[in-house]
Formats: sequence, structure tokens, C-alpha cells
Amino acid sequence: MSLFTKKTEELLGWVDARFPLTSNVKAHLTEYYAPKNFNFWYFFGSLALLVLVLQIVTGIFLTMHYKPEADLAFASVEYIMRDVPWGWLIRYMHSTGASLFFVVVYLHMFRGLLYGSYRNPRELIWLFGVGIFLALMGEAFFGYLLPWGQMSYWGAQVITSLFGTVPFIGPDIAEWLRGDYLTSDATLNRFFAFHVIALPLVILGLVAAHILALHEVGSNNPDGIEIKKLKDKKTGIPLDGIPFHPYYSVKDLVGVVVFLMVFAAIIFFAPDMGGYFLEANNFVPADPLVTPAHIAPTWYFTPYYSILRAVPPIGISQFPGVAAMGLSVVIFALLPWLDRSPVKSIRYKGNLYKAWLAAFVVSFLILGYLGTIPADTYGQFGAWLGKADIATVVARICSVVYFAFFFLMPWYSKKDKTKPVPERVTG
Amino acid sequence: MKTINHIKKVLLTLALLPLLAVASEGVNLDKAPIDMSDHGSLQRGARTFVNYCLNCHSANYMRYNRLLDIGLTEKQIKENLLLAGDKIGGTMKVAINKKDAAKWLGVAPPDLSVEVRARGADWVYTYMRGFYRDSTRPTGWNNTVFDKVGMPHVLYELQGEQVLDHDTHELKLAKPGRLSIEEYDTLVGDLTNFMAYMAEPVKQQRNQLGWFVLLFLGVLLVLTYKLKKAYWKDIH
Repeated sequence: MSLFTKKTEELLGWVDARFPLTSNVKAHLTEYYAPKNFNFWYFFGSLALLVLVLQIVTGIFLTMHYKPEADLAFASVEYIMRDVPWGWLIRYMHSTGASLFFVVVYLHMFRGLLYGSYRNPRELIWLFGVGIFLALMGEAFFGYLLPWGQMSYWGAQVITSLFGTVPFIGPDIAEWLRGDYLTSDATLNRFFAFHVIALPLVILGLVAAHILALHEVGSNNPDGIEIKKLKDKKTGIPLDGIPFHPYYSVKDLVGVVVFLMVFAAIIFFAPDMGGYFLEANNFVPADPLVTPAHIAPTWYFTPYYSILRAVPPIGISQFPGVAAMGLSVVIFALLPWLDRSPVKSIRYKGNLYKAWLAAFVVSFLILGYLGTIPADTYGQFGAWLGKADIATVVARICSVVYFAFFFLMPWYSKKDKTKPVPERVTG
Repeated sequence: MKTINHIKKVLLTLALLPLLAVASEGVNLDKAPIDMSDHGSLQRGARTFVNYCLNCHSANYMRYNRLLDIGLTEKQIKENLLLAGDKIGGTMKVAINKKDAAKWLGVAPPDLSVEVRARGADWVYTYMRGFYRDSTRPTGWNNTVFDKVGMPHVLYELQGEQVLDHDTHELKLAKPGRLSIEEYDTLVGDLTNFMAYMAEPVKQQRNQLGWFVLLFLGVLLVLTYKLKKAYWKDIH
């Protein structure tokens, strides 16, 4: 043993006597056994963590130059884009990162749907995950006000007004959220506080809980079988498990580089993404006296926004639409108890479940698209359908399919003809 | 009384806004000749912008010395583009008072720093070539892209006067200006090119840098993939 190694071991021993370093590295990395058959869909968890770190780091640098005040906010963003050295890169990383965060989180959630990752014993992992998703939506919404452009302003005005539709207490809630009767400087200040400290803390806490819960029960896999059931008799290591580090750390590194290539291609060649990541109207400073002709949320909110618009009002109350929109987001939390299938993975589920999942995905995508366009884009039906907007009718059908996927799941997941599940993972 | 007038004006503007939005939709926009590597075009555009636009419209986020990027020297900027009292490190401000301008024109001229990002280069290119005589308007001018626009045709000496044929919806040059139609289109093309540059001065640098970043990541991808293969060779 060389002197250097000896000294390092001494230092490590000194630390370990005072802090559980080695034991934690073992528990979470070198002796955390993950199934060896992870496929493409298993990249997005570590990628979401990467984007979170990128958003926090770029966010810190943006905060150094951004001014959360109605008169200065828009100009300070342009100052970052022009006068701060590499400010444009930091800003584009942050704005592109926001959209890609939702891309990886949606793919990560879809993985859960494919392989039943929310099923026993992983219900709490899933619930923490839904919590992260909700917090992330809040984080994105609060952050979107900060550039103080027309879309920022009117988007915030519309969303805070939604809370105003809650019977009895609604108007008070909306005013309390804004800190004013309208979206104003007071709103910008508090949204800044929520965006840079309140929600990031919530997200970090939930992410820690999400990972701790995962490492307690172990990862699911594309076969949806528990690798802890079959362990090596001598070592107690799962037969189908391999240490996370180095196997999955080097594998995830490949995923990280591919992700960074997509990320860089957008940042350097199309940071606006044709108006989906940065909207043209948001380059007009916020003006409380001029309402834009078409107000649409950013693309990651549009499926829920479509559901909001699709539900007809009761009398003059828009609350049913708002309630449906809220439900469409939180309903994911119920999945562990709605799925009654004897198997977890789509590989062993029958055609009935596959058809419902396909219908759900198609509806989600159509709703997402319809949320980006004005309701009269495709014209109207004839008098036989009361001259209803075609886009609205399609959105209503898709909304019904969206909710049916969840509410009918106890029935069709039980009735579904499943295939036998193998003992060992199939690669 | 003054307040009531102000409120009236705001209400009127709000009432007319949907009209503006409807009017500006469905107009065929001409493709703007954007080429940010053409420094000659950008410099001519900067000259037109400073001489004609920068009297009423500010570009509060654009610094004069940023024009060094498009091949101008400090001396050229100082002698040709800076107005009295402006500093080379300062931004393109205007002396016009916003409130006065709103009184005169109905609406304060917007800052043009990021106009191309808000409206698109094709919109600006078509708009600046879309003015026509309209005696029903207070300024005597209207526009095919922006109906009932508050801005008069600032470049009419150069373009001349167009009239709109209300049946075919086509513009005709009724009274030629100092420039031929082609020369005027080139002038507006250069102006639009400059405004597109001004909306995001870093765009050229961003695109060039992008290729190096992707090249680096491409090499990194090969290395990480080989590393993964090497580690995973004993996993079956």
C-alpha cells in the first residue's frame, strides 16, 4: 500500500467516524442493486435530476442581474440578453430547460404508466412524484411572469382569475394570490419569491423523498417483477441486480450526452422553438390596458387548459371547467389504487389495457395541440350540432377519454387478459 | 375633464383593438431578405434606422457601440450616427415625450429594440412597404398590414405615394418618390435586416458557437458510449 492510499484511507476513516459517508455511498450508489434490464425509458429520471440542477444553477446567475419590479423587469431581461457576458446563454439555458424539464418529466411519468411503476410497494414513490409534478407546474407558472411580457402578464391574470371562480371564497383567494386587484408589481414581487425560493425548496425536499423511497424498495423494471425475490444465497445480492455505480452511472452518462445534444441544438439554433418555448407576444412589454387577441399558456400546460375550455359553464360559473382541470392533474395520484391488473408491466398486460393507454396518449396529445390554438380555428358544425366549434367538440371527446382512462381502470384492468410473468428478467 | 378624455381614449383603443387584430390576420406577408452576415446591408439598415425611425421610436436596449459588431468603427459611429449629447456606450434613446407622442398620434410609438422578435421580420418588411393614401385617416395614411395605424408614412419621400385598389386589394404607385420600386424594396430590406439583427445581436455568434458545442458533444458521445460498452461487457 502506497503512502498516498494509506493517507486517503485514514482520512476516510476519520470522516466515517463522524459522518456516514462510506455507508451512504454504498447504500445509494455502489451497493444499490438495480435491475440489469433497464431500457430507453429509464434514462429520464436521472435526466430530470440533471435539468433540476441546471435550472437551479442558471437561475442563481439570472437572479444576480434580474430586477423583480414592474418598471424594470422587461428591460433587465434584455440587459441579460445583451450586456451581461454570456447572459444570453444562461437565459436560453433556463428558458429551454423549463420546457425540457416537462419533456423529461412527461416521459418519466409515461414510463411509470408503461411498466406499472406506481404499483405496490411503490405507491409513495409515485405520490412524491405527483407532488414534484404539481410543484413543478407552480414553479413554471410563477417563473413565466418574471420576463414581464404581454403573455407573462395576461397568462398570470387568466390563471389567477381561475381561482376567482371557486364558489364563495374564490375572489378573495385570487386577490390574495395577486396581492392586488389586478396582476401588478405586487404580484411580480411575490411570484419572484415563490419562484426563486419557496417552490425550489419544496421540489428539492420532494425529490429527496422520491429517491429515498425508491432506494428503500428498489427499482421496478420493464418486466415489472421484483428482483429482490430471487437473491444469491451466499451474498444476498439480487440475481438480476447490478450495482448502480458503475453500471448505470456510465450508462446514464451516455443518456446525458444525447440529452445535452438536443438541449444545445435548441439553445443555439432555435431557442424560440417556433414560438412554443418563447412566445413572440412576450417580446412586447406587459401592458395592463391591452389584452392580446389570443392568450394561450406555454405548451406544457395546454392539455389541461384544453380540458378547462372544453367543460361548459353552469349558468355563468366557470367553476366546473376549473374543477375538471384541477382533477385532470391530481388524478394521477390515484393510479396505484385504480389499477387492479394482476401484472405490472405492459409486456404482460392484454390488448384491452393497451388500447386504453393508446387512447389516453392520443387524447393527451390532441388536447395539448388544441390548447395552443383559438377554439374557432377549425370552424363550426352545422345547425344540427348547435353550431358548436369543431375544436371544442373534439376537445370534449378527448376530455371524456382522458377521464375514462382513469375512472374505468378498475374495471378494464381487472377484465384484461394478461400473460404469465416470468421468474427472471428477460433483458 | 382631462382624465375623462384619457379614459375615453383608452376605452376607444380597447374597443378598436379586436379590429386591429382581425385586420392584421390573414394578410399575406412578403418574405424579408434577412442575411445577418451581410455587414453592408446591416450598416445601410442602421443608417436608415437612425435617420428615419430614431426620431420617434427608441431602441432603448441597443447600445451604439454594439454597432462595432457589424463592421463600423468607433469614429464612423460617432460622426454619422450619434446625435448631439449621446454617448457611444449609451443606448438608442429618443427625446420625444411619450405622453406628447400619444396625444399627437393616438398611441406612443413603441420601442423597437425587439420589434422583429414580437412581430416577425416579414411583418416589418411588408408593413414598411404597405402604406397607402387614405383621406379618411387623420394622418392621411393607412397600411395594408396594420389597418388604421397611427404612424404616418415616414419614408414617403423615398417611396412615393401608393393607393389601394379596393376591388383587387392591390397597391399601386400613384406618385413616384426619389427611389425606384426596386431601390425602395432594397432599402426596406436592409432596414428590416438591421432590425432583425438589433432584436438579437448575438444570433450570429450563437449559431456559429452551436456547431462547436455539438461537435464537442459528438466526440463525448463516442467516448461515453465506448466507456459504457467496456463496463457492460460482462453483463448478460
